[in-house]
Order: sequence, then structure tokens, then C-alpha cells
Amino acid sequence: MSDSAHSAETLLSVEDLKVHFETDEGIVKAVDGVSFEVKRGEMLGIVGESGSGKSVANLTILGLTRASNATISGRIMFEGRDLTELGGEELQRIRGNEIAMIFQDPLSSLHPFFKVGDQLIEAIQVHRDVSKEEARKHATDLLGLVGIPDAKRRIGEYPHEFSGGMRQRVMIAMALANDPKLLIADEPTTALDVTTQAQILRLIERLREELGMAMIIVTHDLGVVAEVSDRVMVMYAGEAVESGTLDQIFYDPQHPYAWGLLGSLTRIDRPRTARLAQIAGQPPSLIRPPKGCHFRDRCPHAFEKCTEHPDLEARGGEAGHTDRCWIDPERKRELRVVSTGEIGLEAPEEVTS
Amino acid sequence: MSDADDNVDSGEDRSEGDVAIAPGEPLVELTDLETTYSVRGSFLDRLRDRDSGQVLAVNGVSLELRKGEVLGLVGESGSGKTTLGRTLLGLVPATSGSIKVGGEEITGRSEGQMRELRRRLQIVFQDPHASLNPALTIGALVSDPLRFHGIERDRERLRERATAALERVGLSPAEEFLDKYPADLSGGQKQRAVIARAIILEPEVLVADEPVSMLDMSVRAKILELMLELKEELGLTYLYITHDLATAKFFCDRIAIMYLGRIVEIGPAEEIYREPRHPYTQALLRAIPEPDPRRAVPRDLPRGEVPDAVSPPIGCSFHPRCPRAFEPCGWEPRDLRTALESRWTELSEEEFDAERAVLGDLGALDSSEREVVIPAGSGHEGGDVMAIFDSIREAAPDDPLWRGVESMEAAGDGVRVRFRASLEPRPLDIGGAVVRCHLHDPEAADGGSVNGE
Repeated sequence: MSDSAHSAETLLSVEDLKVHFETDEGIVKAVDGVSFEVKRGEMLGIVGESGSGKSVANLTILGLTRASNATISGRIMFEGRDLTELGGEELQRIRGNEIAMIFQDPLSSLHPFFKVGDQLIEAIQVHRDVSKEEARKHATDLLGLVGIPDAKRRIGEYPHEFSGGMRQRVMIAMALANDPKLLIADEPTTALDVTTQAQILRLIERLREELGMAMIIVTHDLGVVAEVSDRVMVMYAGEAVESGTLDQIFYDPQHPYAWGLLGSLTRIDRPRTARLAQIAGQPPSLIRPPKGCHFRDRCPHAFEKCTEHPDLEARGGEAGHTDRCWIDPERKRELRVVSTGEIGLEAPEEVTS
Repeated sequence: MSDADDNVDSGEDRSEGDVAIAPGEPLVELTDLETTYSVRGSFLDRLRDRDSGQVLAVNGVSLELRKGEVLGLVGESGSGKTTLGRTLLGLVPATSGSIKVGGEEITGRSEGQMRELRRRLQIVFQDPHASLNPALTIGALVSDPLRFHGIERDRERLRERATAALERVGLSPAEEFLDKYPADLSGGQKQRAVIARAIILEPEVLVADEPVSMLDMSVRAKILELMLELKEELGLTYLYITHDLATAKFFCDRIAIMYLGRIVEIGPAEEIYREPRHPYTQALLRAIPEPDPRRAVPRDLPRGEVPDAVSPPIGCSFHPRCPRAFEPCGWEPRDLRTALESRWTELSEEEFDAERAVLGDLGALDSSEREVVIPAGSGHEGGDVMAIFDSIREAAPDDPLWRGVESMEAAGDGVRVRFRASLEPRPLDIGGAVVRCHLHDPEAADGGSVNGE
């Protein structure tokens, strides 16, 4: 794991972010009071399942959720500016320049009718006053940087001539075009094959080391998070339910939802067990989430106190490790062994079937 | 016995094939199965009605699916795993080879004959959203196969059968789901409905093509658990098609690893995970991101990507990416092109232009000839070209490619390259698994270098 502590300066600070959408059925609280920080050079993993709000929160940083039915509140401080207060044009200058984003499906992010090189050149020239020739040279360098063989020839090809993995490399090259300080990657490897995914993760790690940029990786895949993150935030039903370092989340998880997530994984380094841990029920409605803890209805350990809404705060984990669960920390240690069986904890190697 | 069993037309109207097969005996047998697709190239090719190539999506696969087992068919995109599943179901015609279900040959059957067969072989697709017609209720969707196959027409009975099937897959109480539309269900619930529809015909075999890969992690576990329960209750046999070795480990009794149309390794799941023998299997296992930060270590990954299936590499089709490839694995001019291109990634534009001018037309590098001449560019001679390859070799002397080059010499205005003879990997029985890899073949290992024409 890379040591990212060389600069502890905060680059991005999201404070009490709320993103609500008005719909015919009611107000969908897609993101409901989320706060987090990203330091320079740091990799934050945001984990959650569909509907957890992880993608909406990140799209909002880029100003991509400003729909007419959306209400956004809270602050998104990036280098001293509150992004929620910037106008479209100011935000445009930051987007793709200081903050860049890569998405899950590279094919739908590239225009099919334009050569890859021309799209890269455009991405460069939008934010930089350089000649086309300089931009072309930079584009070729970028393709080389992300490991595309024969970049000089391939710069004249169309997106469909690239494989899925190569397209994702092109997207990364495009995101890097203007040396962003922050790169947001939303499920960047989910659509890729296993070996390609591993290559792209290696590439992301290498680039982060070489370029020193900060990153947010948004994913449902705890394996991906474990490989590349420094810190992790677990989201559920529009809220962060737990936040800590990589080791804290994987080896000392505090929230029963995190236990469930870790326990439901199928893993190749463990014996084939008779049963996987399961999380009962369905994710709650984002229009009318349960009062109190949003996970309460699905939590096997819920008790009276859980009808009160817990804050995200340090509750017995190490410093900097916060969660939203009322259960006594000592009691958690007993419970989670039963709940997860083996995962995320130093637990018995052999599992009875 | 539950109510659902009373609703079943028991075995009588099934064909005889399924009666005699004991658990563990072959229920489906594939022999030398080939499935070919025509690939059309550019728009112009299409206008001229000209095929630009053929893809052997399934390239001589022999396999048996044993009654009561879960066989995992694991591979990446382009491996042919999905085509194999579809060929088995008759959704794609086999080009050659044999498919026997319960001892009966089913290739070349008419659509009418296939219909009966499809009762016995059902499929669950990856995308539950696309598998359910949004305009129909869940009750109608689940019971529709009974109508379609002419088994049941009475509305009340259809509803009863749908109720039983929904309860069975955990959509309970079924009354709450019967009149809902697919849009009202979550992803996991939709996949349960798809499974209910698949089992309502009481099939013997369920082909499950990435049934959980579009679902959230916590939902995946539930669906896999459900499928295992159903297998026990209903005596099903599964072909589980997936790219995910982690879920396959949990779910499968045996695993077959596919790469570019071929099964490169097959064996008991435990054996495959305990001691993967094919370098591709090893690479797949290493590539899985481990949800354990202390185990997440950088690993040697296969180079490059899955090659174009229109013209797969000769010999072992994994050889260009294989870290352990050696003399007999099928080296060819294209492998030299890869080496050149990867070198060029490192060069500056000026260096590249200078170097490219040393080389003439590189068309020869697209062939699969055993011997080719790489011409020098105008004003250059063979020695200059040789110098480029020498420096590539110097930079990575251990690259398996060089074991495949038998000779390379400057010849006038070019470089003549001769590759070692290629051997097709054959299936080898090792420790309960079958592997196609020369590393495990004493004959190839000994004779690879001398086994020319």
C-alpha cells in the first residue's frame, strides 16, 4: 500500500451534503447529510450498493445533478471554493480540468463518430491554450502513459476499434489530460474482464504514484476497494454508515451493514462454506426511510435505541474511525463474529459446514 | 411433499431420456462441439455481402454435465462460454460435433423437436430486467411457459402454479407479487421471478448465464443460496456460466476454464483452486481482487488482452500472454509485432519516427508463416533491422518469445526469422483434472524444440 501521508492537506471537503429529488411519489433523499474529506494524494473508496447514494454524491461534486427537480444543500469545499455555489461556467472550468471523472462504461463515454485522438485533443484544448500540434503530441504521450501500444497509430482510430480495456485506458488518458488534482472513478472496472480489471487497477495505482493526484473510487466491490484505497466510507440509504482506514473497515468493522457486506462475499482464499452471510430484506425506500437508524429493519441486532437516528461519530473504534450504530462497542465484537462467521475478522480458518 | 408437487405433471409426459440417469452419470454429453459465427467487417463489406471472417466461438469442446452437479463454465469475454451454453440449448446451431441429452442426439433437430427439449433445459440470463416483459404481470410471466408448452390453459390453475413457483423462490407471500409488474420489483426479486419461470416447467438442466453478476453483492449471496436449495429440492443440474471464479468456488462442484473457444482446464472445483495447472487458470485466480487489504499484493498479470477470435494465435492460443510459454507453444510473426509495439510505447515521437523508418513494410508480421523476412526501410539494411530486435531482446532476454524464435539473421535488405514448430496442446489427465498445456506434457517439453517437420 502506498503511503499517502506525505501531504495531509485537505483537497476536498464535503460537509452535510444533501441531494433530494422531487418525484411524483415524494421527495427522494438520494444523499441525506453526507460529510467526508479527501486529502491531497489520497485514495478514498466509497462503497455501497444500488441506491446507497454513492454515485449521486460524486456526480454532485461535479455539478452533474443540478436538475430542475433537485435540491442540493451543504457545502462542497474544493481548494477554498464552495462548488455548490459556482455557476455553470465556473464549474465547467473545474470539471475535466481540476477534477476529472471516469465512468463505468467507456463506450458510452466516447463519441462513436470521432477518432479517439481528436476527442483527446479536444479535451486538452477545452482547458488549455495550446496549438493543435502540441495537443496532438500531448494526446500521444497520454495514450503511451496509460499503456496503449502503438499510440501513434491508434490515435487515428475510432472507439469501436478499441477493446473494452483499451477504451477504459483511453478514458483514463482523457481524464488525465489536464493534470487533475482529483480524479473521481465511478465503478471504473465493473464492466471489464477479470484480468483486464486487474491491469486497470495496476494502472490506476501506478498513475496515482507518478502523478500524485487524489482519487475517489466509487464501487460496490470490496475487493477493488481493498486493493487501491487508503480510506473507506461505507454508504447505505443516502448516508455514510461507517468511515475509517482500509484496515479499520476490513478488520474492525463497526456497523452491522458492513459486517453483512463483508460476510456476503464469495472468496477464493477461503474454504467453500456451507452458507454465506446474508442481509435480510430489501434496501429501504429513500422517500420514507425508517425513522432512526436506516438499517434498523434489516439488522438482526436492532434494539429500542435504534429508533433514534445515530450520528456518524467515533464510538469505540480507533481514532478517525466513525460509524452510525448504537450497539455497545464491546457487544459488537461478540456479535459480529456470529454475524459474519469469518470475514473481515481474525476468525477461525476452518468453517464447519 | 409440498403443495407444489401436487401441481406437477409428474414424470409421465416427459420423454424417457431422463428416467434412467443416476446422480453423477452424464446427463448432457458434448463431443467435439464446434460453433462458428460469420463476422462481417466494415460497412462496405456488408454492402458487398462479403464475410470478413469466421469465428470459431466454440472450438472442439468435449464435456459432460453429470446429473445433480453444478458445473462452472468460467471464462472472460470472447471465451465462447456463452455461445457454448446457447448451443447446448439449441439457441445457436452447432457447426459440427454432437450434443446428447439423456443419450439422445439433439443436434440437427427441428424447432418442433427442440421445443420439447427446452422444457427439460431452461436458461436464466444475466440481466433480469431484460428477461421480463415489462407489460406483463409477474404471475403471467412466471406461468407463461406452461401456456406456451400447452401444459396448462386454465387460468385458475395457471395462477396456482405461478403461486407455488413464486413461493418456492422466496417471493412470498406470492399473492403480493402475482399482480405486480417487473418494474415494481428490485433486481434480486426480478431474478427470483426469472428463476421461478425457469423451474415451473420442471426442467432437468438449468443453464445459468451470469445469473448474479448484475446484482448487488449482498443480493448475489442470496440468489446463489436459493439456487443451491432449488437444486437439492428439485434434483436439478446446473451449468453455471460466469467470469467470476470467486462465486464459482462457492457454487460449483466442477469447473471448466475456457479461453478462446477451448476448455483449457477442467476438474473438481477443489482441485482447480488448490492447484491450478494451466497458466491461464493461474492468471485468472491471481487477478481476482481480494477483499482483504493485507493480501492485496501486486501480481504478475498476463500481458495484453484476449486476442481477436477471428484469427486466434496458433498453437496454444494463450501463448502470447503466457508468462511460462516456451518453445512449442505456437510462436509466430504476430508475436514479434507485439514486441515491437510494446517497445514503441516507451519511445518518444522522434525516436519512434527514426526507428520506424529503419523498418520497411511490416505486413509480413501479420502472417502465421513459420518463416518470414522483415524488410528494411529504404536506405537501411538488414543489419539495422537486426539491431532493433537485438535491443528488444537485450531489454527483456527472458521474454518467452525468444524461446520461440529458432533463428534470426540479417539477410541482405531484411531480417529472416524462423520460429520453432508449433504443437497443438492436447488434453492431459493430471490429478483428477484435464489440462491442455505443454508444460505438463512430457512429450512437448522434451520434443518441443526438435519436433519440426
